Amino acid sequence: MDEITHGFFQAIHLILSADPALFEIVWLSLRVSGIALLLSTTLGVPMGAALGLARVWARGLITAFLYTGMGLPPVVVGLFVYLMLSRSGPFGALGWLFTPSAMIVAQVIIAFPLVAGLTMAAVQGVDAALRMQVRSLGATRWQELWAVLREARIGVVAAIVAGFGGIISEVGAVMLVGGNIEGKTRVLTTAIVLNTRTGEFALAIALGVILLALAFVANIAMLRLQGRS
Amino acid sequence: MEPESIYRIENLRKEYNARVVVDIERLNIRAGEILAIVGPSGAGKSTLLRLLNFLEVPTTGQIVYRDYVFDSQAPLDIRRQVTTVFQRPVLLRASVQENVAYGLRLRGERMDERVGDMLARVGLASLARVSATKLSGGEMQRVALARALVIAPTVLLLDEPTANLDPYNVGLIEEIVREQNRTRGTTVVLVTHNVFQAKRLAHRVGLMLAGCLIEVNTASAFFDSPADPRTAAFVRGEMVY
Repeated sequence: MDEITHGFFQAIHLILSADPALFEIVWLSLRVSGIALLLSTTLGVPMGAALGLARVWARGLITAFLYTGMGLPPVVVGLFVYLMLSRSGPFGALGWLFTPSAMIVAQVIIAFPLVAGLTMAAVQGVDAALRMQVRSLGATRWQELWAVLREARIGVVAAIVAGFGGIISEVGAVMLVGGNIEGKTRVLTTAIVLNTRTGEFALAIALGVILLALAFVANIAMLRLQGRS
Repeated sequence: MEPESIYRIENLRKEYNARVVVDIERLNIRAGEILAIVGPSGAGKSTLLRLLNFLEVPTTGQIVYRDYVFDSQAPLDIRRQVTTVFQRPVLLRASVQENVAYGLRLRGERMDERVGDMLARVGLASLARVSATKLSGGEMQRVALARALVIAPTVLLLDEPTANLDPYNVGLIEEIVREQNRTRGTTVVLVTHNVFQAKRLAHRVGLMLAGCLIEVNTASAFFDSPADPRTAAFVRGEMVY
């Protein structure tokens, strides 16, 4: 119990003292997960909307893949990306292994099915009569799609939040493909693992508190966006 | 002189999975008239409205709107001359005034005094900023009507617009439709199984049974001296629906 209390106060101390090493870890965590979320959203929302709206060929099969992807163990994703990016792998020439780029790739693979799958469900939940109504009012195809997405916005934002939650807290994949290199690929989750292993429980708890606080702030921001849109 | 027809329908047939839903040999809808299509549930009335709104494509036959022969994809400028108020109003998760302004927004126009005027016309000016999801059924339907009228359609299609509404809202909506037709010359096609509403509103009335138009006549002739015995039975309320 003392360690938890101590960790909490240390978190406050670390934040207030503007510890540069801590800010580097926080900044990298936000950068990697932010870019991964942006890419997952850019790909996942249109794909989820298309699957939810259109009569897409092999929709059932694609949906089954997406739902399977939603439950992918991050460590398996990490292993897959590791093999792809390792020197002998098909993308080894990119030289991305143990760099933030590899971590972003892994996180996109984790977040994309969540964003696409939950967006699809949200779009399918919109009243089917809405499309006919907006078309009757003179909407173009794009305006019709936009109207459906707007009506599904609570679910779409929830999909993005779920994607963010899935990657900001993820450790297995980024540990494998990033390598937890200090000053280069160390993020909050991998730093927590390292500090726990070395017995620095207070620091690990402090980093955990900061991670939770970041997730909380990000979710509040998205909920505000949900309300305003 | 024969009044100008805004729609000319010839040998129109709509099938779903080989089941014939609409099968109309000939129907001319006159510009500026209120035409009521009555008939029991499942007669194909709503499908006919969707065809008139270019929301569905005929299986065979022809719909000519003014000089435009409807094929699979009606051009936007034609589609935007016609709109439908459906039986169940589907409103956007937005305020009442945003819902009413929606059609204008689709056309790249700004929300202006037309929205306020229209809300006043349907008696909802005081609820302009209220969320549309918080309205009663009658208020929702008035919002849907205002949303359709604010874009000044050439043709207004009404699909059972007052079903399940209280007499006050029925009277209000009928008065707005009548006024819209009288003052702006909007052509109205009203689908209903309420023969009394058809009698109150329409210039001409048609009976639809099993996808076919049995008889189209002036309202007085339709109700007082129907040409077809099935029309007479329907008017007398003998036909089960």
